[in-house]
Amino acid sequence: MQSSVTLTLNGESRVFDGPADGPLSVAGLLQTLGLDTRKVAVERNEEIVPRSRYAETWLASGDRLEIVHFIGGG
Amino acid sequence: MDGMTAAADDTWTVAGRTFRSRLIVGTGRYKDLEETGAAIEASGAEIVTVAVRRVNLSDAKAPMLQDYVDPKKYTYLPNTAGCFTANEAVRTLRLAREAGGWNLVKLEVLGPPPLLYPDMQGTFEAAEALIKDGFEVMVYCADDPLAAKRLEDMGCVAIMPLGAPIGSGLGVQNPAILSMMMEQVKVPFLVDAGVGTASDAAIAMELGCTAVLLNSAIAHAKDPILMAKAMKHAVEAGRLAYRAGRMPRRMGADPSSPLTGLIR
Repeated sequence: MQSSVTLTLNGESRVFDGPADGPLSVAGLLQTLGLDTRKVAVERNEEIVPRSRYAETWLASGDRLEIVHFIGGG
Repeated sequence: MDGMTAAADDTWTVAGRTFRSRLIVGTGRYKDLEETGAAIEASGAEIVTVAVRRVNLSDAKAPMLQDYVDPKKYTYLPNTAGCFTANEAVRTLRLAREAGGWNLVKLEVLGPPPLLYPDMQGTFEAAEALIKDGFEVMVYCADDPLAAKRLEDMGCVAIMPLGAPIGSGLGVQNPAILSMMMEQVKVPFLVDAGVGTASDAAIAMELGCTAVLLNSAIAHAKDPILMAKAMKHAVEAGRLAYRAGRMPRRMGADPSSPLTGLIR
């Protein structure tokens, strides 16, 4: 059965459907959002999620995620 | 060694990385990313400062800085602009490290507008936390010789005091203090903030700074690409003048042409 998770994503509450065969991973979330994993970094509940572990980091309702990238700055 | 060879060998090193350009430029406040890329190329800079911010999730396909400023070509120096506590600075730079794999970072903890003056208490706390976490910290700081020495003793890899408030373009307002600070520290010493035009950058380099960091002076010039070129030359000229050693100042004239052999 497909499960849904409620995440706080960059400060906004959003609901995502997990894949049919299990929970939603960080890799799955980034794919759903259409983000290039090489250009972003992810923090889950104030802890860095290493890029090498996106596929095995499972998300649960209530998780707070920050997805950031580089922009122009001085 | 002739002058040209000497200039080619005149590199500087921070945290084990060696650079030829003594101009570090910011990537903010440009009209668009295309102009950002063109101005940075014209500046000849090898290091660029970048900010870390939330991705706009409603427009995931929007062009990103990396598409215009190639991280393989330029050393990204992530900053902590907008962080007001040590915890925010550490979280931000951990994300930056994960996004790009860089340990070399620019720490800035700022006080409130309108001065955005370096908050040294917050800076000390954040520097300590970052160094403990394995970062190599280039630190923006007040023009305070004691603070500079303390930051160096803590393990900061470059000391970067302001010449004037961020984005003010007022130029180097504190040359005597900067000179005194330079004598206190052994790590690279950069003027970061305050430069308004090419002569300001040259003055900083003539004082003996290792390099200059600027952003608004290029981005807010009427023609940023042209100003980027001007800054490149100003930093090189100032560096050469520093190495050449200026003539002594004297209170009075000293004729350049001989006073003998004049017709009568």
